[in-house]
Amino acid sequence: MSSIQEIQQEIVEEFEMFDDWMQRYEYMIELGKSLPLIDEKYKTEEYIIKGCQSKVWVHADLNDDKIEFTADSDAIITKGIIAILIRSFSNQPPQEILDADTSFIDKIGLKEHLSPTRANGLVSMIKQIKLYAIAYQAKANSK
Amino acid sequence: MLMASATAKTTFNIEKIRKDFPILDRKVNGYPLVYFDNAATSQTPKQVIDAIVDYYSNYNANIHRGVHALSQEATDAYEQARIKIQRHFNIPNAYQTLFTAGTTHGINMVASGYASILKEGDEVLVSALEHHSNIVPWQMLCEKTGAKLKVIPMLETGTLDMEAFDALLSDRLKVVFVNHVSNALGTINPIAEIITKAHQKGAVVLVDGAQAAPHIKADVQELDVDFYVVSAHKICGPTGVGMLYGKEDLLKLLPPYQGGGEMIDQVTFEKTTYAGLPHKFEAGTPNICGGIAFGVALDYMNEIGFDAIAKYEHQLLEYATSKLQEIEGLRIYGESKDKTAVVSFNINGIHPYDMGTILDKLGIAVRTGHHCAQPIMDFYKISGTVRASFSFYNTFEEIDTFVAAVIRAKEMLS
Ligand SMILES: Cc1ncc(COP(=O)(O)O)c(C=O)c1O
Repeated sequence: MSSIQEIQQEIVEEFEMFDDWMQRYEYMIELGKSLPLIDEKYKTEEYIIKGCQSKVWVHADLNDDKIEFTADSDAIITKGIIAILIRSFSNQPPQEILDADTSFIDKIGLKEHLSPTRANGLVSMIKQIKLYAIAYQAKANSK
Repeated sequence: MLMASATAKTTFNIEKIRKDFPILDRKVNGYPLVYFDNAATSQTPKQVIDAIVDYYSNYNANIHRGVHALSQEATDAYEQARIKIQRHFNIPNAYQTLFTAGTTHGINMVASGYASILKEGDEVLVSALEHHSNIVPWQMLCEKTGAKLKVIPMLETGTLDMEAFDALLSDRLKVVFVNHVSNALGTINPIAEIITKAHQKGAVVLVDGAQAAPHIKADVQELDVDFYVVSAHKICGPTGVGMLYGKEDLLKLLPPYQGGGEMIDQVTFEKTTYAGLPHKFEAGTPNICGGIAFGVALDYMNEIGFDAIAKYEHQLLEYATSKLQEIEGLRIYGESKDKTAVVSFNINGIHPYDMGTILDKLGIAVRTGHHCAQPIMDFYKISGTVRASFSFYNTFEEIDTFVAAVIRAKEMLS
């Protein structure tokens, strides 16, 4: 399994192949469409992050000391970014998740989607991912 | 449509008008800006920008307080602006033309005033087509007073259900709050009928004119409306300033909204007597420059003429509507015969946020989401719409660019 940094580097390289925003967006939309579905039972109020513009659902499970994230959104562009975030953060140990950042999103030209004023739920989703990592970390330490 | 656009040009010098708006030369994401978010805020002509620069460069001072020259000049200009606004809406007296910070502020001034007038069992009626700023203050008012909030329902066409309105008229009805034009759908509401019928029950009517003001020159006396509120920033003026008109007896009846300087007659620690209108409602240093610029904005629009504006915008609306309707799977919300230049729509299976994001990438500014009118979205069982709203400085060519972009986005997103 690659580290978060390696995966993020890989994503940056993939996006470098495109010469304009249209291709980047088309690729991101494709990623959104191929995002593994979240279990319908997690698409509830409990797991929802309400942005003003789009909704996001996130769920986390611990498998072999690694956190597996699943998520979904009602907007496909938001979902595309979710796919990118999940690829980078899912199946990683809690500490790695806590140490990682999202500056790679700037490098692939999608920075505006992570703006807190965008109200699409993504900023809160990242916060949520970190909170899950803190929670699982605390749980592991207390064992 | 070419013909319509050609005739429009003969009465309407669009090239000249566009030169008045510096922002229209901007590029966004590498494309020439197409600004179709006019219902959120309008752009500012250089005449208004110049007035703002002139104020701060030449006669910035506090008003009504000083004997010095600058204060006198600023006071004169501010009071002249009040008279311009008064004339524009055909308000009987300048002192019934109150400066506010905008529509929301004006509504809250009236709503909070009614908190000391309404009693338990009284009824307040709002329309289903309201902006949140015209719902929340009344909910708060009803919570405070025990009055009951009732809603005039809407129909599938995005118009008010006037039969239901008739049925809701009761002797307990005290206040009716309705917008002149719906911001989410562009529906022009039958406010004259609502006002007449509410008056027959002895109720007062506040009309939110925020979305009407850019397209319709309202005559408050002809309408016989009790309160009328607008924001300058939707009529080519700056943000943070607006107008509240009220009938004289009602303005005298309402308690002041805020305490402070400027609004008092005598202050002792035992009792303050309030100044007369309009000062009773204008505590503190107002947005002086904004008020002056508001007057200049109205001058600017009146120079072009509201009839010419309405006619041209209607042609833009019809052109955009017919072009958009050719797109498969596209549904337009709000099909009233009486509509301002607003097209609210969705395409089957495409989230409005996604559509808005791609349009933005192509330099086109539209609004997406629930437009602060969640009850309308709930009615249609949707999370939001894409709203394109046109102004007199927009062109048929921009609509072509926009429609092509919607088709391109649709291809990318489906
Ligand atoms: C119908 C309507 N009412 C009220 C408002 C609020 O206006 P403001 O934000 O200027 O107070 C708006 C603005 O979007 C509106 O469209």
